Amino acid sequence: MNHLPLIIKREYLTKVKNKSFIIMTFVSPLIMVALILVVAYLSQINSDKERQISILDETGVLDGIFENTEHTTYKILSDISLDSAKELVKSREDYGLLHIERDVNNNAIVSQVSFYSDDSPSLSILTSLERKIEKRLEDEKLKINGVDIGKIEASKTNIDISQETFSGEKTSKVDSYMKLAFGGAAGYLLFMFIIIYGNMIMRSVIEEKTSRIIEIIISSVKPIQLMLGKIIGTSLAGVTQFAIWVLLGGILITVLTAILGISMAELQTPQQDLMNQAMQNADIGNEMQLAMQSFFNLPLTNLVIAFMFFFIGGYLLYSSLYAAVGAAVDNETDTQQFMLPIIMPLVLAVYVGIFTVIEDPHGTVSTVFSFIPFTSPVVMLMRIPFGVPIWQQVLSFAILGGTFIFTVWFAAKIYRVGILMYGKKPSYKELYKWIKY
Amino acid sequence: MTDLLITDSVSKNFGNFRALNNVSIAVPKGSIFGLLGPNGAGKTTLIRIINQITMPDTGGVFLDGEPLRPEHIKNIGYLPEERGLYKSMKVGEQALYLAQLKGLSKQEAKQRLKYWFEKLEIGDWWNKKIQELSKGQAQKIQFIVTVLHRPKLLIFDEPFSGFDPINANLIKDEILQLRDEGATVIFSTHRMESVEELCDHIALIHKSNKVLDGKLTDIKKTYRTNTFEVGLQTDAIDQVTRDIKEKFEVLPATFKNLNDDVKLNIKLNGNYNSNELLSFLTSKAEVHHFVEVIPSANDIFIQTVKNN
Repeated sequence: MNHLPLIIKREYLTKVKNKSFIIMTFVSPLIMVALILVVAYLSQINSDKERQISILDETGVLDGIFENTEHTTYKILSDISLDSAKELVKSREDYGLLHIERDVNNNAIVSQVSFYSDDSPSLSILTSLERKIEKRLEDEKLKINGVDIGKIEASKTNIDISQETFSGEKTSKVDSYMKLAFGGAAGYLLFMFIIIYGNMIMRSVIEEKTSRIIEIIISSVKPIQLMLGKIIGTSLAGVTQFAIWVLLGGILITVLTAILGISMAELQTPQQDLMNQAMQNADIGNEMQLAMQSFFNLPLTNLVIAFMFFFIGGYLLYSSLYAAVGAAVDNETDTQQFMLPIIMPLVLAVYVGIFTVIEDPHGTVSTVFSFIPFTSPVVMLMRIPFGVPIWQQVLSFAILGGTFIFTVWFAAKIYRVGILMYGKKPSYKELYKWIKY
Repeated sequence: MTDLLITDSVSKNFGNFRALNNVSIAVPKGSIFGLLGPNGAGKTTLIRIINQITMPDTGGVFLDGEPLRPEHIKNIGYLPEERGLYKSMKVGEQALYLAQLKGLSKQEAKQRLKYWFEKLEIGDWWNKKIQELSKGQAQKIQFIVTVLHRPKLLIFDEPFSGFDPINANLIKDEILQLRDEGATVIFSTHRMESVEELCDHIALIHKSNKVLDGKLTDIKKTYRTNTFEVGLQTDAIDQVTRDIKEKFEVLPATFKNLNDDVKLNIKLNGNYNSNELLSFLTSKAEVHHFVEVIPSANDIFIQTVKNN
């Protein structure tokens, strides 16, 4: 008798109808969106604040580099001692005082630059000031050494080595970044999904034991059917929840930003600001064009199909491990000792993906790890944008699928024996013995 | 009468512990078969083997003459001792689910559930959650789910625990009725009075071995001690007692009676039969009470377990 559809249906419906599940499904996106909006709002307030910075420049070489912006105004002080300047700044309640000290020995132009303020100044302001001063001093020094700045500007170049395989496929460094971004996102998404929903499966497997219905169930269905049904049913509930989150989150963000008038573009952190400044030299328009081109250069069809297969495969494999843990214990507090061996290969996969695949996507290490079932979903997904032969993908997926069936069988085996021992926390040695029963 | 279920030299080890040692039982069709034994004797292991929850290491189990196969699950209804239901599921949904797992179609299951819910007067529970029911109420649901698919073989492990006397009686009557309709029942319990009431066959398992089995009446016959409970009324109590003690072996009696002057347990040693005892007694005093002491299931249980 095949009870699998029946079990899947029950697992799915009980999960989805569960009150806390429903609440979590609809409240989480609200909380997330609320958080994002609060952060956005706060950073807006923060950047809206007008700052006045006083500058006491003893050297005079820095004239003209401090241009007032929307939020920051610079007041140049002159013919005033440092101490009285401090007093003045304090009384005016300025944000701070930038003091540029002249080098008396005249070996360099500036001996020391200091910033005086009530509280520690913000990192982005300091960095921005430093950048301005560095730039001007560099130019000054070049001038002193008799170098023509115009010539230096003219000789700045931006090179993107165009790569081509012998079979004629073109690629480039920007392409590589694009591939990395895709692979990394896929791997990270899988990682998150496993962490969030793996526990749900484990709890679902423990459910029969805590409610003591296990013997009734197990005398009607094979444990492997029960395990499979639980894994699939719970996963479907997870997918449902995730889909609702994405949908609701998207709608909420769109609607709320429209209503509250918060521009997402202003959601930039100071770090992003710095990066943007650093990139200002490069030709941004050009980069964008390259990126778009790279995007369409990706093996998109292969990527999407492989993503679906490896995502599902990887998720199911790890769920079956969680199910095995659930089968081995009879309440949730006992699960801790078994968590580490599950998380470890997952973390390993992410590290291998980040450090090895980037360096050499088709090297021995990356290739081997893209076949080991516990790391293959993440590593293979990261490799595929760089072009992996279909036979390798198929083989890797076959290994993954086979391992999944094996772990479910294994979990069922533990489960069958586990019911005979209520209230006893098993050791690894006992687990080994159970398999032999 | 043929046997519905036969276990043939079934043994089962858990590591170094031998839970069952060559246990052979035969459960006749249409009987109520009491599976008895002290705690930890191996009863539950045997029941789990019959339900194919665990496999025997050696030996075979036959249902209706065929070696046990996974398909046989739908011919067996099992009410385990450790039992529960999904707490957050509604009564009706849950009963439907469990019935479908036993191979019933949804319509069929719904119909039969309706019948049983009305019969046990719990029709209005359909939309309640299990966690809203009391333990005894949940047991009723479990009982219904066990018998709903009309299995040939019903296995009840302590079916009355958690029931008040009224409901216990209700369930007892249902079990008897199911037997009359052709089901065979294996009944495992520690309550000897219900064994006495229900079982026609018993098997006693002790320390992983079967130590006794057969028809309850036959077993009782082999355990009879030819002892008679006697209640007499007379004015000369001492004289009569002395006379009896001269002729027969007398044991102290503990039965309760209204107003007998002499209460004795008299054991016949083969020199006399019960008629001779009775006529001797009538010649001495007025006989108010005369009954053979039949060993109770309880006595047999305790005696067998102690002797082994």
